Amino acid sequence: MTTAVKAAKPTAVKAAKATAIKQRTLPMLVMAVFTVYFLTPIWWLFVGASKSSEQFTSTNPLWFADFDLFTNISDLVAYREGVFLRWLLNSVLYTGGAALLGTLLAAMCGYALAKYRFRGRELIFNVVLSGVLVPATALALPLFLIFSKVDATNTFWSVFLPSLVNPFGVYLARIYATASVPDELLEAARIDGSGEVRTFFKVSTRLMFPALVTIFLFHFVAVWNNFLLPLIMLSDERLFPVTLGLYTWNTQVNQIPELRGLVIVGALLSITPLVVAFLLLQRFWRNGLGAGAVK
Amino acid sequence: MTQILSTDIEAKPDETAAKPGRAVKYGWAVPFFVVPFGLLFVLFYLLPIGYAIVQSLYTVERTGTFGPAREVFGGLVQYQRVFENGPFWESIGRVLLFGVVQVPVMLGVALILALLLDSGLVKGRRFFRLAFFVPYAVPGVIAAIMWGFLYSPNLSPLKSVTSVVDLLSADFVLWAMANVVTWVYVGYNMLIIYSSLLAIPTEVYEAAKLDGAGAIRVAWSIKIPLVMPAIVLTTVFSIIGTLQLLAEPQVFRSFSSAVTSTYTPNLTVYSTSSIPNFPLAAAFSVVLALATFVLSFAFLKATQRGDR
Repeated sequence: MTTAVKAAKPTAVKAAKATAIKQRTLPMLVMAVFTVYFLTPIWWLFVGASKSSEQFTSTNPLWFADFDLFTNISDLVAYREGVFLRWLLNSVLYTGGAALLGTLLAAMCGYALAKYRFRGRELIFNVVLSGVLVPATALALPLFLIFSKVDATNTFWSVFLPSLVNPFGVYLARIYATASVPDELLEAARIDGSGEVRTFFKVSTRLMFPALVTIFLFHFVAVWNNFLLPLIMLSDERLFPVTLGLYTWNTQVNQIPELRGLVIVGALLSITPLVVAFLLLQRFWRNGLGAGAVK
Repeated sequence: MTQILSTDIEAKPDETAAKPGRAVKYGWAVPFFVVPFGLLFVLFYLLPIGYAIVQSLYTVERTGTFGPAREVFGGLVQYQRVFENGPFWESIGRVLLFGVVQVPVMLGVALILALLLDSGLVKGRRFFRLAFFVPYAVPGVIAAIMWGFLYSPNLSPLKSVTSVVDLLSADFVLWAMANVVTWVYVGYNMLIIYSSLLAIPTEVYEAAKLDGAGAIRVAWSIKIPLVMPAIVLTTVFSIIGTLQLLAEPQVFRSFSSAVTSTYTPNLTVYSTSSIPNFPLAAAFSVVLALATFVLSFAFLKATQRGDR
C-alpha cells in the first residue's frame, strides 16, 4: 500500500489498520515457526530420498543434489526380490482391510446399541467402553500366548484378526447413530415392510456415512501405529507390515550401510499415500470430532 | 473426542421409541448386528486380558540347569518379582518424568495453535491446519527413524546443534524422543481442541465483546474453560500413550546406546517375553495396564472435582 493511499484515509481508520497489522504479526509469526517445525522433517526426507548415498552425506541435507529419486525407488523395489512391495501390500491388507471390516462390525454393533432396546444393552456398552481404556499394547503379549497355544503365531491372521476389534469405533458409532438416524425413519421403513438388516444397509449406513469415514480413519491409525503386535507375533519377513520391515532394516544399518538409503526412500514411499489421503479426508476428522457437540 | 464423551449422557438413545416387550419384533436383527463384533471382542480383548492374569500366576521351573522348562502355578510370586524389579520401576519413573514434561508442552502448543486458528487473526487457516496435521499421518516407527537420522551428528541438517550437544546421549535422548512424540501428535490434538472451539456458538462471545474484552481475555476467560473437556480427554489419551511408549525407544536403540532394553515399561515387557519368560512378562503387562488405568482414572476424577 502506498503512502498516498494511506494518507487519503481518515486517521482513525489508519490507526485501526495499524493495530490490526500489529495484532496479526505475532500470531502469523508463531504459525510460520511451527509450519517450519512440522514440515522440515518431511522436506528433509523428500530431499534425502532423492540423493545417491554419496551425496546424501556430502551435500546440503535440505537441498537437492542430482535428482536420483527414481533410481533409488527402483533399487528399493529390486532389493531382495521386491520384499518392500510385499510389505506395502501387507500393510494395505492389515491396515486397510482391518479398518474397513472393523468399521462395518463396529457400526453394526454401535447401531444396535443405539437403536434397539434389548436386555443387556447397557452392560454390553459399558464393557465395550471400558475396553477403550485398555491400551492395545497391553494385549499384544497375551494375544501372542493365545495364538501360540493354537500354533497360529507368525501367520497373517494372527495380526489381522485382533486388529479388527476397535471398541472406540463402537462407542462412536452409537453416538453417531443416535444423532443421525431418526427413529421415525426406521418406523416408516418397518411399515413399508423393510427388514431391519435391509434398512440398516440401505438407509442407515447412508445417513451415518460421514461418521463411518471418521471411525474408519481412527481405526486405520490405531492399526497402522500398533507396532508391538506384529513385532511380537511375526518372525517371517514376508508377513511384515511396512513399519516393521523398515524397523528391521534400520536395526541392520550398521552392518549393511546400503540399507540406510533404502530405509529413507522406503519411509518416504510408505508415508506419501497416507499424507495425501489424510489431507483429502481431513474434513471428516473435524466433522466427526465435532458431531457430538453439534447435537 | 472429548465432546463426544461429554455429551454422551445426553445422547442416550431415545427410550420412548421402543417400548419394552417390542424386542421380539426385531427378530434376529439384534444378534445379527451385535454378535460379530461381540465375538471378536471376547476372543481378542477379554480373553487375552483374562489369559494374561492367569499366566502371571504361573512360574517357570526347570529340573536342573539344562532341564526342560515347565510352567507351574506359583501364586503371586511373579508380582513379588515385579515389585522387586528395580529397572522396571526406573522405567516407570522415566516415562512419568517424560509425561510430566511432554504432555503439558504438547497440549499447551496444541491449545495455543488452536486458539490462534480460531482467533480470526491468522490468514491462511486452511493451509496451517493441513500443515500441522501432516505429521499425524507418519506412524511412530517411521517418525522415530526420521528424527533419529536428524539427530545423528554427521547427517543432521541441525549440525550447529548436534555438533555442540549430542542429542542421542544418555542426558538428552529422553527429550529427543519427547520431541518426536510432540511432533507427531500436536496437530492431532490441535484439531480436537479446534473442533470444539468451532462448536462454541458465537453469541457467547458477543456479550464479552460488548464489554470490551480483548482477544486474549476472551480466549482465557471464555474459550479455554469451554474447551476444558477436550483438553482433559486429550490429556487422558496422552497419559495412556506415554505409559505405553514403545515404538520410539525401540527404534532409538539402533541410534543410541543410551536406550537400554528396559528403557520403558513396554520395552521391559518385550525383552522379558523374548527371554522367554512369559509369566513374568504377563505380570509386567498386568501391572502396567493397572497403573495406566489408575492414573488416567485418577486424572479424570481430579479434574472433575476441580470443576465443582
